[in-house]
Amino acid sequence: MNFLRKQLDSVRHNFEKGGKLEKYYFAYEAFDTFLFSPNTTTEVKGVQVRDAVDLKRLMMTVVIAMLPCLIFGMWNVGQQHFVALGQTGTFGEKFWIGLVRTVPIIVVSYAVGLGIEFVFATLRRHPVNEGFLVTGMLIPLVMPASIPLWQVAIATAFAVVIGKEAFGGTGMNVLNVALTARAFLYFAYPSQISGEVWTYLGDGAKMVSGYSGATPLALAAQSTGNVVNDLNSFGAGWADGIYNFWNMFLGVMPGCIGETSTLMCLIGAAILVISGVGSWKIIVSVFAGAFGMGLFLNAVGTSPFSQMPAHYHLVIGGLAFGAVFMATDPVTAAQTETGKWFYGFLIGVFTVLVRVYNPAYPEGIMLAILLMNVFAPLIDYFVVSANKKRRIQRATV
Amino acid sequence: MGKFIRLKKGFTINLAGKASPKIAEVEPPETVSIKPTDFHGVYMPKVMVKEGDTVKAGTALFHDKKFEKIVFTAPVSGEVVEIKRGEKRKLLEVKILADKKSDHENFRKYTVSEIANLSVDEIKGQLLASGVWLNFIQRPFGIIADPAMVPKAIHISAFDTSPLAPDYSILFRGQDQFFQVGVDVLRKLTSGVVNVNTHTTSEISTVFSQVKGAEVNKFSGPHPVGCTGVQIHHLDPINKGDIVWTINPFGVIQIGKLFANGIYDASRVVAVVGSEVKTPQYYKSVTGASIKKLVANNLLSENVRFISGNALTGTNIGADGHLGFYDQQLTILPEGNHHEFIGWITPGANKLSMHRAWGLFSFLTPYKEFKLDTNTHGEPRAFVETGVFEKVVPMDILPTHLIKSILAEDIDEMEALGIYEVIEEDLALCEFVDVSKHNVQEILREGLDLIRTS
Repeated sequence: MNFLRKQLDSVRHNFEKGGKLEKYYFAYEAFDTFLFSPNTTTEVKGVQVRDAVDLKRLMMTVVIAMLPCLIFGMWNVGQQHFVALGQTGTFGEKFWIGLVRTVPIIVVSYAVGLGIEFVFATLRRHPVNEGFLVTGMLIPLVMPASIPLWQVAIATAFAVVIGKEAFGGTGMNVLNVALTARAFLYFAYPSQISGEVWTYLGDGAKMVSGYSGATPLALAAQSTGNVVNDLNSFGAGWADGIYNFWNMFLGVMPGCIGETSTLMCLIGAAILVISGVGSWKIIVSVFAGAFGMGLFLNAVGTSPFSQMPAHYHLVIGGLAFGAVFMATDPVTAAQTETGKWFYGFLIGVFTVLVRVYNPAYPEGIMLAILLMNVFAPLIDYFVVSANKKRRIQRATV
Repeated sequence: MGKFIRLKKGFTINLAGKASPKIAEVEPPETVSIKPTDFHGVYMPKVMVKEGDTVKAGTALFHDKKFEKIVFTAPVSGEVVEIKRGEKRKLLEVKILADKKSDHENFRKYTVSEIANLSVDEIKGQLLASGVWLNFIQRPFGIIADPAMVPKAIHISAFDTSPLAPDYSILFRGQDQFFQVGVDVLRKLTSGVVNVNTHTTSEISTVFSQVKGAEVNKFSGPHPVGCTGVQIHHLDPINKGDIVWTINPFGVIQIGKLFANGIYDASRVVAVVGSEVKTPQYYKSVTGASIKKLVANNLLSENVRFISGNALTGTNIGADGHLGFYDQQLTILPEGNHHEFIGWITPGANKLSMHRAWGLFSFLTPYKEFKLDTNTHGEPRAFVETGVFEKVVPMDILPTHLIKSILAEDIDEMEALGIYEVIEEDLALCEFVDVSKHNVQEILREGLDLIRTS
C-alpha cells in the first residue's frame, strides 16, 4: 500500500493550488480519500479528537443494508423469467440471469451519476459528496429488469442534474434523487415502466399459456369483486399462489429489481435501525400510516380495492422498500425528531390514498414520498416554531 | 433545597490515560504566562508593564481598554521576560520568569463577620484589583463578566464530565474553608441564589456537600451534564436579557483565599492525563504554568499533541506551551497525522464512535478505554445526517437548526433558537460526532460574537 500512497503523494502537487491541474483538485481529493483516509488532524482549538465515522462510512452502511434486497432481487429476476416461460431453472441459472440483467444497470447508474458528480465538483469547486454511493444503488433497485440501459442513463442524469445539482448539490436537494429518476421515467417513458414490464422475458420468448405480467397493484385496482380472491387465484396453472400474502411478503413475484421482498426490506431496516443510520421513527410511522389508512378505508370505502385488508398494503408494491430506503433519506426527510413522525405517517397515508383512488398511478409510494419531501420543510417549520414559542413563553414568566 | 435532575442524552468519551488519584510534587515551572486569547470579550488589552520589570503575584500586567477596571494579574512573582505580540501588534502573551520567592501583592484581609457587612462595591473593588474577577464568566456569550451587572444567579459546576476530566474531590481537597468564604462573597454579588451543582455518580467532596448559603443541586447523566450551560438550562434557563454568571470551584476558592488571607493565590492542582503520559496523575502547579516540568520524562511516545484543557474543548499548545488561564488539565494524545488505507470502511474495535455504522463496534464495549489520536477520520462535507446532534445535547434546543441559522448569519433566528443558552463547551460533542466534520464550536463562537458586537 505504501507504493500506492507514494504514487498519490507524488502527483499531489499538480492538483494543489498553483499546480497545473489545480482545477481538478476535488476529483483528485475524491480518489485520494477513497483509497486512504486523510492524514488531517483536528485544529488548534476545539475538539482534539473526532468520532471515527465519516460520511463515506455512513453511506456505505446504507449500501450494505440494501445488499439483501439486491441479492434477492437478482435471484428473483431469474426466477420470474423461468416462471413466465414455464421452465424450471437451477438456483445458479436464475441468479446468473439476474446478474447479467442487473449489473449493467448498476454500472450505468454509478458511471453516469458519479461522472456528473465529478464534473460539478470540478466546476463548482466543492468536494465530491458520497451521497451518490447510496443513490447509485437505489436507482437500479427501483427499475424493472427489462429497462433499456439508455433510459437508466437519462433518468440518472436528469435526477442528478435537475434533482440535486440545480439545488446546490448534496445536502441541498429537496426531492429524493433516486425517486426523481424513477418519476422521470414514469412520466417520460410510461410504456417502459408501467404495465407488464416487470418480468424480464428475453427476446422472442414464448410465454407459458395463461401468462400475465400484471402486478398485485394492477390486479387490486382492476378488481371488481374481492381483491384477496383475485390475488389468490392469479397465476393459476403457471404460477399457483404467486400473489398470496406470504409469497408477496417473501417477494417471489414480479416487480422492480430490489423492491419486491418485504422480508429483505425488513432485514435492511434492521441494519439501518441498529446502526442508527436510518430513522426508525420514519420507518415505523410509514408502516403505521399505511396500515391505519388501510383500516380507515376498510371502514368507509366502497370500491373493492378499499376493502382489501389493510395488511396487504404493506406487502404489495414498493411500500416497504420506500419506507426503509427512500423515506429515510436524511436530506429530504423532515429534520426534526418530532417532525419525522408526522412525515412518515403522512407518507403511509398518502401512499394508500393514491393507490386506492388514483388508478392511473398504481404505485402510490413514489408519489407520496416526493409529495412529503416537498412538505418536510413545512413540518419542520412547525416543530421549530413550537420550540421557539416555548422559549418565548418562558421569558415572560 | 437543591433540585435533582436526571439527564439521558449525551455521550461520555472514555479515553485511556486517566489520572491516578495522587497529587505529586513537581519542580515549580520556570515560566508562567497569561494569554489574552484565553478570554472572550476582551476588547483591547493594554499592557501595563515592560519587559524586565519585576512583578509580584497579583501585580497587574495588562487591562482591557474598554473595561479598565478588569485587570489581568501575574500568577507568580518574578520578572517579565517577554511581551509577545502578533499581527497588528495584537497582544498574544505576557511571560514571566518565576523567581520562586512567591512575593505577593497585599490585599485586605477580612474576617467572616466583616465579609457579611461589606458593601458590594468594596467586594467588587477587591475582586477586580487582584485579578480574581477573571474567574467570573458571563452568560450569554461566555465572556468575562461585566462588573456593572448584577446576575440573576451564579452557577458553580462542581464536577467535570469531559474526557479524562480531573476529579474535583482531589483537585480541591481540603479547601472547604476557602470555598465557604468564596460562596459567602458570591452571595453578595447576585440578586438570586448561588447554585452548586454536583453529580450523583461521583463521590461528592465535602467541599461542596457541606457548603452553607448555596443551593446544592444534583445531576445525573453522561457528558455534557457537567457543562454549566446544560445545568443552567434545567435549573433556571437564560432568556433574552438575562445575565447569569458561572465560576469554576477554583475561582471560588481563589476568592476565598483573597478575602481570608489577603493574597492572590494562583497555585492550583492540575491533572496530567492521556494515553501518551507515563504516569497520569495530579501535580501541584500554578495558573498559566509552562508545561515543560510536567511532561519531562513523562511521555511514552514522540509524535504527540499537548492539549491545555480536555480533548473536546482544549487548545493545542505545543511542547513548550503554557496552560490556559481556566485550564486545570493537560491532555497528551497521539497525533493522527497518518493515512489509513481505505480507512473509511475498514472495521476496527479500536475506533471510538457514538454511531454504530458499519465496522464501528465501540458501542459493544461501553466501558473500554479508547486510545484516540487527533486524526479527523474524514473530510469536511455538506450537512447530511440529521438527528445526531440532538442525541448529544440534553437541552430543549435544536442544535442543527441553531448552527444553520448561525451560518446564515440570521440573528433573530439565533436568538429564537436559544443561542443565549449555550457556549462552545455545551455543543462540543456535536462537533465530535459530526459526520460532516464541521467546526461546530468555531461556528457557534462566530454567532455569539456577531450578536455581541452588532
